Amino acid sequence: MRNLLVLGAGTAGTMIVNKLHKRLPRDEWTITVVDRDDDHHYQPGYLFVPFGGYARDEIVRSRHHFVHDGVRLVYGEVDRVAPDDHVVHLADGRALPYDYLVIATGTSPRPDQTPGVLGPEWRRSIFDFYTLDGAEALHRALEVFDGGRLVVHVSEMPIKCPVAPLEFTFLAEAWLRERGLRDRVELAYVTPLDGAFTKPVASEHLGHMLAERKVEVVTDFMVERVDPDRKVLVSYDEREVPFDLLVTVPVNMGADFVARSGLGDELNHVPVDKHTLLSTAYDDIFAVGDASNIPASKAGSVAHFSVEVFVDNFCRYVTGEPMTGRFDGHANCFVESGGGKALLIDFNYDTEPLPGDYPLPGLGPFRLLEETRTNHLGKLAFRWMYWNLLLPGRPIPLPAHMSMTGKHTPNRK
Amino acid sequence: MPVTTIAGRDIHVDDEGFLTVYAEWDDDLAKQLAANIGIDLTDAHWKAIRFLREDYRTQGETPTIRRVSTVGGIPTKDLFTLFPSKPGKKMAYIAGLPKPHGCV
Repeated sequence: MRNLLVLGAGTAGTMIVNKLHKRLPRDEWTITVVDRDDDHHYQPGYLFVPFGGYARDEIVRSRHHFVHDGVRLVYGEVDRVAPDDHVVHLADGRALPYDYLVIATGTSPRPDQTPGVLGPEWRRSIFDFYTLDGAEALHRALEVFDGGRLVVHVSEMPIKCPVAPLEFTFLAEAWLRERGLRDRVELAYVTPLDGAFTKPVASEHLGHMLAERKVEVVTDFMVERVDPDRKVLVSYDEREVPFDLLVTVPVNMGADFVARSGLGDELNHVPVDKHTLLSTAYDDIFAVGDASNIPASKAGSVAHFSVEVFVDNFCRYVTGEPMTGRFDGHANCFVESGGGKALLIDFNYDTEPLPGDYPLPGLGPFRLLEETRTNHLGKLAFRWMYWNLLLPGRPIPLPAHMSMTGKHTPNRK
Repeated sequence: MPVTTIAGRDIHVDDEGFLTVYAEWDDDLAKQLAANIGIDLTDAHWKAIRFLREDYRTQGETPTIRRVSTVGGIPTKDLFTLFPSKPGKKMAYIAGLPKPHGCV
């Protein structure tokens, strides 16, 4: 028997074991997936929690419910990977040997990385919304917020779902207006980037949307520390941004065991070939989803599309054939803009998000880079698709590779 | 791909002036590029520039500020002093590397 070992039963890990269970001969392969607990979080749902949008049981389900019965699910904390021995050591002493290893342990917000964040003001006036606990705490704070400076802050790229802080800002602005509080609140968006987003056309469009909503944008702001006593963000070049309520997106880092195993870069993300997701250091280790260092958005859609390519490639690779599939960095993200509308962006390594139509038989077309109600409904519908189609590994009518169909390329010099 | 003349030579650059051909760079060019953005190169600047050149050669990507700090051993605070306000971009520009993709 050959062993496929997958670390992490999140979006990528769960899809991989379910798809490969159907594809690999069962008399030749044992498939094992490891996770530390049984709570599978629908992370895109966190965004709505601060505004009372989702309850906990709508975005947390049992992991084991989504892992096929023929796959061995092991609960435990990974201590380290020993790549030369082809074995993974768990913290409780168990050792799991592998022929092929897939690291799919994601990336996590690390508020401890910025001095002052986890101080006396943590979850009093300083919040995050990339954890369910944080999003719930922020909901309680917003319920009693009656004015002042609300600052949305991105610490450092890359972060999971890079549009989420913008979505939070749009939703907060709409929410304050609905409550009659908008005139009493100064909104600011603080980013280490030189604009609202990473890619020019979308950045200009989203920047315009922030300006329309009278959100002050502070760019090129690399945070050094938070001063909890004076309630200011301080940058390395000694600029300060005061806040009454700070919603920060902490530095994101891959799992600590990746660093302990010598498999990570400076943020504990695993260096891989960006088209095959094969480790650049070991020919029996892959990293899929947010855990890798590919220059794509850290997003569920990227995990999903890359898994499609990975699974086909893996089935060839283990029979000694070359991997012919090439992941193109495809991402497809609904961007909530408040008031029951959303935008859609669709892009890859080479093509930035562009305006136009995104055709989808039965459901679409969706408008790209434009606020519509249909896009908002698409975003809400995706939660059902996630639990019922995506995780079980059922087919979804979304092509893995990005298509130029419907997209308009603006005239640029 | 635009071609411009810097230090008396034809150099390939992108729309924003970042070099696009790794091998077209040398120390003299770096001094000229630095002067273009008002920076007079000291030993401390050169330490960062040399790290960027070497890291790009082995990794194939322009290193992030975090990487220059943690792997290159130059504190972020110092990078902001040496290359004020936009160290990531300014270092890459002087080192003749592609603009950092800033992630996506």
